[in-house]
Parts: sequence; C-alpha cells; structure tokens
Amino acid sequence: MNPLIEVDRIGKSYGSVVALREVSTVVNAGEVTCVLGDNGAGKSTLIKILAGVHQHDTGRLRLDGQDVRFASPREALDRGIATVHQDLAVVPLMSVWRNFFLGSEPTVGAGPLRRLDRRTGRETARRAIADMGIDLRDVEQPVGTLSGGERQCVAIARAVHFGAKVLILDEPTAALGVKQSGVVLRYLAQARDRGLGVVLITHNPHHAYPVGNRFLVLTRGASLGSFEKADITLAELTRQMAGGEELEALEHELRGVSG
Amino acid sequence: MTTTTERPDPTDERLAPGGVVNRLVARPEVGALLGALVVLVFFTVVADTFFTTGGAATWLDDSATLGIMAVAVALLMIGGEFDLSAGVMTASTALVTAILATEAGLNVWLALLVSLVFALGVGALNGWLVVRTGLPSFIVTLGTFLALQGLNLGVTRLVTGSVQVSGIRAAEGYESAGFVFASWLTIDGTSFQISILWWLGVTGLAAWVLVRTRFGNWTFAVGGSAPSARAVGVPVARTKILLFMTTAVAGWLVGSINILRFTTVQANQGIGLEFQFIIAAVIGGCLLTGGYGSVIGAAIGALIFGMARQGIVFADWNSDWFMLFLGIMLLGAVLVNNTFRRRAERVRS
Repeated sequence: MNPLIEVDRIGKSYGSVVALREVSTVVNAGEVTCVLGDNGAGKSTLIKILAGVHQHDTGRLRLDGQDVRFASPREALDRGIATVHQDLAVVPLMSVWRNFFLGSEPTVGAGPLRRLDRRTGRETARRAIADMGIDLRDVEQPVGTLSGGERQCVAIARAVHFGAKVLILDEPTAALGVKQSGVVLRYLAQARDRGLGVVLITHNPHHAYPVGNRFLVLTRGASLGSFEKADITLAELTRQMAGGEELEALEHELRGVSG
Repeated sequence: MTTTTERPDPTDERLAPGGVVNRLVARPEVGALLGALVVLVFFTVVADTFFTTGGAATWLDDSATLGIMAVAVALLMIGGEFDLSAGVMTASTALVTAILATEAGLNVWLALLVSLVFALGVGALNGWLVVRTGLPSFIVTLGTFLALQGLNLGVTRLVTGSVQVSGIRAAEGYESAGFVFASWLTIDGTSFQISILWWLGVTGLAAWVLVRTRFGNWTFAVGGSAPSARAVGVPVARTKILLFMTTAVAGWLVGSINILRFTTVQANQGIGLEFQFIIAAVIGGCLLTGGYGSVIGAAIGALIFGMARQGIVFADWNSDWFMLFLGIMLLGAVLVNNTFRRRAERVRS
C-alpha cells in the first residue's frame, strides 16, 4: 500500500533555531500515526508543515507519492488535509450547524439573492454528526454549550464530511477529562475506520497507544524513531517519550534525595 | 437536563419543556423589544400627544438616521470591531457633497457619487489598517475620527472661508436627489420623513444579509473567533474590511439625507454621534466583544433612543434629563443582555 503522506527527512529552522531535524514517518489510509513528544519537541512545527501553515526547509513531503509544498492552510485543506486544533476548532457563540459549514456554506439562489440553504445545512450537519455516533439534541444550539469532547467531535465530523483524506488532531485530549478523552479517541477511531489517515499529536502515551498504529517520538526537534506498534510496548513508549535514560538518571537522583 | 418522563411528541426528549420560551429569550433583540415597549407605554401615559400619528412622525424621524447608522455599526460590532469615525463620517460625506455641488458646480448626483467613493475609500482604509496592523480598531478609528474632524474644519474653511457650507438648494439635480433622500410622505394627513423608509429598508436588508447569507455567517465568525474562522477558510481580512466599508456607506447615506434635507452642513457636525450608534447597538443586544448581536435589535435600540429623546420634549421636561435616562437605559440593557446571553450559552447537558 502506498502511504497517503510520506515525511522524508524533513527539517525546519526559524532563524538560527533548528525546530525540526531530519524527521521521517508515514501516514497510511485507515491507520493512526501518533506524534509524541514533550513541550518544545517539535510536534507543532511538524503539524504546521503538514497543515500548510509553515513550509519545510529541507527534506521532502510527499502526498500520494507526489512532492508537495503547501502555500497556505487552504491549499492543504483543498488537497484533503484537515486539521482540528485543540482550541481553534469552532466559534463558540455560533450554532452547531453554522459552525459545521463555516467557510463552505451550502447556498441556494444566484447573484445578489444567493443565500444560505438553512434546511440542507441543518439536516446535513445533524446527519453527519449522528453518523459519527453523537446524537445532538439540537443543531441550533451554540457550540459553546457543548462539552469539550463533543466540540472536538463536531470538528472531526466536519472534516470527514468535507472529504478529508488526512485528519490531523492537535492535542485533542489535552484539555479534557478522562471520560471525555475516551469519547474523542472513539471518534478518532471512527474516522480511521472510514479509511482516513489520522495524525494524532499528543504528549500522553496512554491516549496514543490504544489507537495508534505507528508512533513518531520527537525530542528537541529530532526523531527518536518511528515505531510500528508491534515493535514497541506502552512502557517502552512512555520511557522514550520522557527522555529515556535522562529520566532514569533523574529517578536515581530523586532516590538519592529521599534516601 | 435529562428527563425520564415519556413525552408523546416526536421531538427529542432531552429538550426541556418550554423550549419555545427558552429559544425566544435567547434571541439578542428581546431585551430591546421589552425596553421599547416600556418606553412607549411610559411616554404615552405621561405625554398626551406622544402616541399620535404626529407624535410618531416626530420620534420616528429622530430614530431614523440614528437607526441607519446603528444597524451598520451593529454589523461591524458583531464582526468584532468598532468604528469611532462613523459619527464624523456623516459630516465629512455631507461636506464633500455640498462643497462639490456649490463651489465646484457639480450636479448633485455626481457630487453624491464622489462622496460615496470617498466614504468607501475611508472605510476601506479603516479596515485595511485594522487587519494589516492588528491594532485595536478602537485606536485606529479614533485616529481617522480625529483626522476627519481636522479635515472637515480645515478644508471647509479653506474653500468657503467659513465653517459651514450652504446653498446646495440652487445646485443642479437638487430636486430629484432631494426627492430620493429627504422628501416627506403624507399618510393620513401627517407628514413622515422618507428617511424612515430608508431606515426600514436598511434594517431589513442588513437583517437578511446577517442571518441568511454566507457573508452574515462570516461576520458572526470573524467576530466570535477570528483564528477559528481563518482556520476553516473564511476570508477574515476581506470580511472585516467590507464591514468597515458598510459603516462608511451608512455614514454617507445619513450625510446625504442630512445635507439634502437641511441644505446646510456645519463642519463640526457629527462629533459624538459615534457613541450614540454604539449605545443603540448595545441596547439592541450586541456584545462589545463581538460575535453576537442583532440588526433588528440595533434598529429597536435606535427607536428607544428617538422615543426617549422626543418623549422628554413631549412631556415638557428639561432635555437635560435625557442623558440620565440614556445612562440608565444603557446599564439596564447591558445587564439584561448579559443575563440572556448566559441563558443562551448555558450548558445543557
């Protein structure tokens, strides 16, 4: 199977600061690629390159086998890469269906009489969200009244509905409680089962491990490796993420303090 | 709000009973509507001639030009921005029209066209500066407000040697333009200013655009959360610039109505009105932080304004009391809006 996205030794510098160095991984259709790392590890930089917010300086980014370089988030979106940001996903005071279609509203009529097709909008949104397994009481309610998990799900349903091939989820569980995180991971799995390639960014290996097929661990801008699930255990992943040997050294020191 | 009781109707059982009432009070303009009724009843009781066709013609006239501006300012505020130059813009456009028609001898229609282009230019400049610099529109438009105020006085004095321009009545095209912008309609023996029709038309059009078109959707979005809007592909900069241009065009419309009606314009006119527009929009349910509000509410806010200002005259009180009334009204409206908005946003789970 050809990968949807192939990240090949990509690098990015901001002035003299090297944010990302020789990072490689792949995203396959129907699979979840997890990007793990502590704060400042380069997760956001990688995601911004995939989403078209920034451009890479070195290495190659291939979409469906073709070399690409996105000029803008809109271009990435048009090529089928949708990003759901943790806090940027929705406009809280707007209704669910208006959020769902924001930027791609269905219209009827032509010229100056072109107007929103509200009935289609409401019903399509309700159906698309129901297909993801969320039964919303009322698509006219402001998104701000939904729980954090439901909000993420509206954003995921939107990306799926608008034909995304790749779904990038930027720390979807960071601000959520245990139960809500589980809910979001379930919708993520739904998107995966529908054949989307999913990129999950997180610093929580316990969220990544159950749903992931592949784990890219970043630290200080460099890759510690891109592991297939069969090649790594949760314990090993956690250790890698926390900085491996460094943590052991720290533990040793802490033991020294208490002992 | 989970209810376990079974209900026969096919709607979702998790919608609370009384959903209609909830939905009604969740609308931003409801507070203003109640306020307008209170003011109407109050002045009808204290002043005999207030609630007559003649009385209505007076307070509707007062509300009309304010209402046109309040509607445009409400759109801009929903889009998350302010325009402090909106008040002085009504004078600037009137001055451009008047100077071109009297001093340069242009046909009034041509003068109106030039001042419209001028207004579009200033609006675009306001918007471009705001989206380009990322500075608060409060400061940027305060700058254009002061600059326009200086230009109004400076240019008028240079061209006419005084601080007012009059004599547009003699200009070519005055009759037809005056008919469109400043004539009287007689209904049932009472004369109503045509500006009332403009007000209703502008309100209807703006309300339709806001809730029924993509542009309206984008207006809510750029005011509610510009980064989210940008992330899903809404042209944030274009939307905001167009909203600033809309306010400027409304200023042009009001300036044109004023110059053709009174045939004289003072160079220092319009200063301080910008806050009245914002007050009317806020009374009508607009949030100062953007992303929420109503055009119809803003029109009702202007109506409250006009009714109170004229009602105080009808009741034979000193007009000094108007500002006190306005302050109380504004505070009351903000408190009511706040409560209603919380209700609208309340987590229903």
